[in-house]
Amino acid sequence: MLIFEHSRKGRHNYSQSPATPASKSAIPQNLLRKSKVLLPEVSEMDTVRHYTRLSQKNFSIDTEFYPLGSCTMKYNPRACNSLAMLPQFISRHPSAPEDTGQGFLACMYELQEILKSVTGMAGVSLTPMAGAQGELIGVMMIRAYHESRGDFARTEIIVPDAAHGTNPATAVMCGFKVVEIATDKDGNVDLDALKAAVGPQTAGLMLTNPSTLGVFEKNVAEMSRVVHAAGGLLYYDGANLNAVLGKVKPGDMGFDVIHINLHKTFSTPHGGGGPGSAPVGVAERLLPFMPIPIVAKEGDTYRWVAEKDKPQSIGRLSAHMGNAGVLLRAYIYVRLLGMQGMHRISEFATLNANYLMAELRKAGFEIAYPNRRASHEFIVTMKDIKDKTGVTAMNLAKRLLDKGYHAPTTYFPLLVPECLLIEPAETESKETLDAFVVSMKEILSEIESQPDMVKGAPHTMSVRKLDDVKAARELDLAWKPSA
Amino acid sequence: MPFIPHTEEDIAEMLASIGAKSIEDLFDEIPDELVSGELTGVPSGLSELEITRLMMERANQDGFYQNYIGAGAYEHHIPAAVWQITTRGEFYSSYTPYQAEASQGTLQLLYEYQSMMASLTGMDVSNASMYDGATALAEAALMAVRSHKTSRRILIPKTVHPVYRQVVRAIVSNQKIEVVELPFDTKTGQVDPALLTKTDFGDFAALVIPQPNFFGVLEQVDALTDWAQSKGAFAIGVVNPTALALLTPPGEWGSKGADIAVGEGQPLGIPLSSGGPYFGFMACKNELVRQMPGRIIGRTTDLDGKEGFVLTLQAREQHIRRSKATSNICTNQGLMVTAATIYMALTGPEGLRRIAAQSHANTLDLVEQLEKTGGVKRTFSGPTFHETVLTLPKPTAEVLAKLKQKGILGGFDLHAHYPELGNALLVCATETKTAADLQNYAGALKHALG
Repeated sequence: MLIFEHSRKGRHNYSQSPATPASKSAIPQNLLRKSKVLLPEVSEMDTVRHYTRLSQKNFSIDTEFYPLGSCTMKYNPRACNSLAMLPQFISRHPSAPEDTGQGFLACMYELQEILKSVTGMAGVSLTPMAGAQGELIGVMMIRAYHESRGDFARTEIIVPDAAHGTNPATAVMCGFKVVEIATDKDGNVDLDALKAAVGPQTAGLMLTNPSTLGVFEKNVAEMSRVVHAAGGLLYYDGANLNAVLGKVKPGDMGFDVIHINLHKTFSTPHGGGGPGSAPVGVAERLLPFMPIPIVAKEGDTYRWVAEKDKPQSIGRLSAHMGNAGVLLRAYIYVRLLGMQGMHRISEFATLNANYLMAELRKAGFEIAYPNRRASHEFIVTMKDIKDKTGVTAMNLAKRLLDKGYHAPTTYFPLLVPECLLIEPAETESKETLDAFVVSMKEILSEIESQPDMVKGAPHTMSVRKLDDVKAARELDLAWKPSA
Repeated sequence: MPFIPHTEEDIAEMLASIGAKSIEDLFDEIPDELVSGELTGVPSGLSELEITRLMMERANQDGFYQNYIGAGAYEHHIPAAVWQITTRGEFYSSYTPYQAEASQGTLQLLYEYQSMMASLTGMDVSNASMYDGATALAEAALMAVRSHKTSRRILIPKTVHPVYRQVVRAIVSNQKIEVVELPFDTKTGQVDPALLTKTDFGDFAALVIPQPNFFGVLEQVDALTDWAQSKGAFAIGVVNPTALALLTPPGEWGSKGADIAVGEGQPLGIPLSSGGPYFGFMACKNELVRQMPGRIIGRTTDLDGKEGFVLTLQAREQHIRRSKATSNICTNQGLMVTAATIYMALTGPEGLRRIAAQSHANTLDLVEQLEKTGGVKRTFSGPTFHETVLTLPKPTAEVLAKLKQKGILGGFDLHAHYPELGNALLVCATETKTAADLQNYAGALKHALG
């Protein structure tokens, strides 16, 4: 039932707005609204009940295991939320003077410094509001760098075929042509293809490492040499930073610009699809082009670095400073973990992934890259199972929902047929992983004994399989009152 | 180990299953020369008690002020239920609703949000949100250019938020789109439609129309919309969602209504929080829906014919179309929209109207009182919503510094963005201010000017 269907004309929450309508107005008649606003008229209790019930129709980290590859669904510590929502922090206006926000700015400055040190970059800007915006900003800096040198011939961005869809989409948004290069049978970027693709037209290469195939790109140093020798720059998509944090730094791998998904590696909440936050880090030569604002420390005082300090900046990409509240949560998380805790993130994420991969292999599942170590994630391919039984990766994913597990990422990366990309994250216990393996085994035997039941999954959610085709053909995007 | 549950015994059993001797072995594919040392730039870990003390200290250092700054972010009362429900783990810690059957809570809520925003803006359809108001405007400009057959030129009045203009420029310049800024009438603080009709702008894809504009002034939206559309261009409204409870919505501007409406959603239950996270909203006419970026939720049915909700029109998006997507955008601001939806349900149409009307009335009262303070006068003659530009007899920065000593953030100094306006101050008084607050401000200003 929609909130609108709980509505009754004339119902009003008196405590949530001024007690009497204001009498004073100087708005000209011709600018006043004549149509009704179709917001629901519902009591506070019914509103609370409605949205509490809706929440119960969601899977979440707080309620289920979420082995969602490439998404790093780790526990979101509650302290990060409650401390970021202290009343002084949430009531502070973005245009309030710097001297009224020194406590807040200290957190932001320290976060910048910590992110610089863990990634090995020379500078960090906190402004990007999501991974895709971090990418956009990163590629804009690459472009600004080449243009500042009078080099306007670099019109291409190279992207491996295993990359996230945001990589090629970002390159196009920045006005570049996308050149895709292939992956070899072990999951590495085809080095010969890269060598053939680079040239004076190459602006840069966008790379995720470990890749979306769940393996570490062994030739990264050589790739860096090839791209740099051709005059291009290297972009590090930090989507999988959780796998290598504290083991290897993007700066040491030769990357010129990176983004860090705080909603993955630094445990800020995914919130049902945002807000994200994706600070960008840059090597020395890109420092002048960083987006503003950035926090600077002078003596004991913090201040914003803006236009006059960075005349070559690519500019502002948000109305204020980015997702401040998300950044505070990430800061609190990193302080809770500390240096030792930061090292353990990748260690235990990798342990969990390799253990789960080993156990699923023993259970009879086919691993896409069996000769490689898993990074913090790995791929199971259902191709043989589909060929034999007709049961697809998506069917298995939906059946997992019935067992009380969120589905792994399905059909991504696109290179591996019928794939399940599985990332357990470091915060899950061995018992949870073992129970997941038991459920996966059960599904394997269900595929043998009752394939149609599996194909019809899920069976225990609030709805059964939904009709996507109907949704796209008979568009219903907004509720309208019945006539 | 913070947030890692493994016992020594677990680790040993797991390594045995993998066939590795140590956790270190699991990283043996990383070339030795790339392995970094300790993360010395990270301080030692703190307990929850210790981090709580640190954050309380820093919060107390920042303290509280009586705030009269608007300029794109507005202080409103937020009902307690909004964030208590929003931070339930099932909303807070869930992922993007790609697995529809396990995400009906978020999906239904987003459908309700789209319905509310479509009605509030008077448009046919809304997406499930953008990053913020500024990027929503940039995406609207890109959308207009994609949909326009011939022009890559966008007209933006200087009465649009100056940072929004910067953001639009930064984003659209990547695609060789030209941004032309339009002057405003320095008497009224509005764009003068009569002046536009006299100027030849050539072919252009869209005109951006702010309502209210950055000065708080109400634009002549009907004439501007009709003019843009008569030139074969799209009309893009940038609107304040609170104001829409009182003002004609973009969908009803002029004879045909604006084509795209965007804005900053923060006033709808999102705390100021030093600038984010907020959310941008975007709504449009039916015929443009396939050019709209961002997530869109549709209502459909399941195998049993029962109502349910899914992400739809995904063929526009980067995870399907890759380099041919409408935008690279991947996330929306889901949790912020959750808060906004609950906020709009709690206030309802009458509550939102009262909040808007009280904010308008308080600003009128404040301006009236401040105008009685020696030498302060309204800069523009145009009608306003809940912000007004004042001209002060002394430099704005100096006056604001004195007000700050009294615990008052007196408004937004326009000097950096509009030096031609002299000692100009943009003030805003929402429904959160009482008559006593306004008197207190007037007294402090008198003192500061004295």
